[in-house]
Amino acid sequence: MNKEGPDTPAEDGPLAVPAEDGPAAVRAQGLTVVRGPRTVLRGLDFTVPRGQITGLLGPSGCGKSTLMRSIVGTQAKVTGTLEVLGHPAGHPTLRTRIGYVTQAPSVYDDLTIRQNLDYFAAILTPELSTADRRREVDRVLTDVDLTTHTDSLAGNLSGGQRSRVSLAVALLGTPELLVLDEPTVGLDPVLRRDLWNLFHSLAATRGATLLVSSHVMDEAERCHRLLLMREGEILADGTPDALRSRTGTDTVEAAFLHLVDEATAAAREKETTR
Amino acid sequence: MSTTTTAPTRSAPTPPRALNASRTTATAARVLRQLRHDPRTIALMLLVPCVMLVLLRYVFDGSPRVFDNIGASLLGIFPLITMFLVTSIATLRERTSGTLERLLAMPLGKGDLIAGYALAFGTIAIIQSCLATGLAVWFLGLDVIGSPWLLLLVALLDALLGTALGLFVSAFAASEFQAVQFMPAVIFPQLLLCGLFTARSNMHPVLEAISDVLPMSYAVDGMNEVLKHTDMTANFVRDVLIVAGCALLVLGLGAATLRRRTA
Repeated sequence: MNKEGPDTPAEDGPLAVPAEDGPAAVRAQGLTVVRGPRTVLRGLDFTVPRGQITGLLGPSGCGKSTLMRSIVGTQAKVTGTLEVLGHPAGHPTLRTRIGYVTQAPSVYDDLTIRQNLDYFAAILTPELSTADRRREVDRVLTDVDLTTHTDSLAGNLSGGQRSRVSLAVALLGTPELLVLDEPTVGLDPVLRRDLWNLFHSLAATRGATLLVSSHVMDEAERCHRLLLMREGEILADGTPDALRSRTGTDTVEAAFLHLVDEATAAAREKETTR
Repeated sequence: MSTTTTAPTRSAPTPPRALNASRTTATAARVLRQLRHDPRTIALMLLVPCVMLVLLRYVFDGSPRVFDNIGASLLGIFPLITMFLVTSIATLRERTSGTLERLLAMPLGKGDLIAGYALAFGTIAIIQSCLATGLAVWFLGLDVIGSPWLLLLVALLDALLGTALGLFVSAFAASEFQAVQFMPAVIFPQLLLCGLFTARSNMHPVLEAISDVLPMSYAVDGMNEVLKHTDMTANFVRDVLIVAGCALLVLGLGAATLRRRTA
């Protein structure tokens, strides 16, 4: 991973948002998910544009992971419309076109880094020759900057290393849509910056669409667009700039808090007028 | 950024089929590789049955006929129990570690996963059965009239049945504690009723009827047919078919417990 690419945004300047080409990567209408007695997502309407990084932000437990699982097609009891890359979410042809990283690294602890990637590559692209598969594995390991400990067992790695193995698996086969659930949790600042540079490079050079969740608001500034979530609803949807100017705040964090206060006040008003 | 490499795109996927040979063998190889990093488990799987047979041989030192009967039955029971335990824990881990969710979000067929597990543990079962059968027949004086190859065949089918049962019950276990407790719940009743301790015809009629529908009874019957007859008897063929049928049925049920979408 190079530290600065030409496509990397300046640390605090506004991002140049790539033009949206074609239909949205994800389009949701009235998306509702029920888990047990709880309605986790309440009739969401949103789109995720192609070729951009969309940040999904909100406090823990607001439904970010459920939303991502719905898009990937592993969530049960999804109602409403949810279209992913032109197909209904969970369609079999999407399984090769989406890269998905769960919140907890889902890798085999009793396999080495390389064995993990070899196996997932064999599942994803069984038609590749052994040499091609090896090149493919080398490529994604370079992407996540894990080239030195490839023969260590995943179970012996640090938390940050394991989550990078998990991310590398999602990068196999050059997916069009990457759904990354808190990919930078527990990583040091240098690694976090490097990964965000990688995300930008994926969007810029491969035209990949990224949906990245986080509960760290400073990462929001690095996204082209934001979906702010709270308690199963979408609080705001727009570029970081638009959110800041709409709320008259300096940071996305302040904008988010402002919107939360507004929503809470509105809810309270509804309570008292009832 | 190293993003300029020409990477194979995901746009031309292998069409999804019930079984994909390379995905199945990749899965089997992966399961075996995981085991290879755990030599203690391999040693326990392979050696414990042998040690038990030696133990049994000298427990019945004065009555070799009893050793013949129980020894042959145990050659069928060991692979079933071992594979049941290993598979139930392995697939439970797969469910709880998130790797199953990841695999099912990829173009892996449920059949590929199950066949991969069956292939991997079937291989271990063959090695285990070769060791145990060889030890029993050549070193411990187990008196088998039929072919030892038939003993091996039954043992392999028993291992498959154990794999199938383990896979199936892992869906109902939320933790490894629960998975281990399924062993006394699922295996012990069959062990008591399979004819190991007393002939099934001597049991209370109700128990005999129950033992008639439990697959382990036929595993043990099959072993005893080989023990007592030079040729493949009609009963042996029936026993083998029943055990194989049960294994396939339970594997199918196991496949049904793998859901791409979970709550």
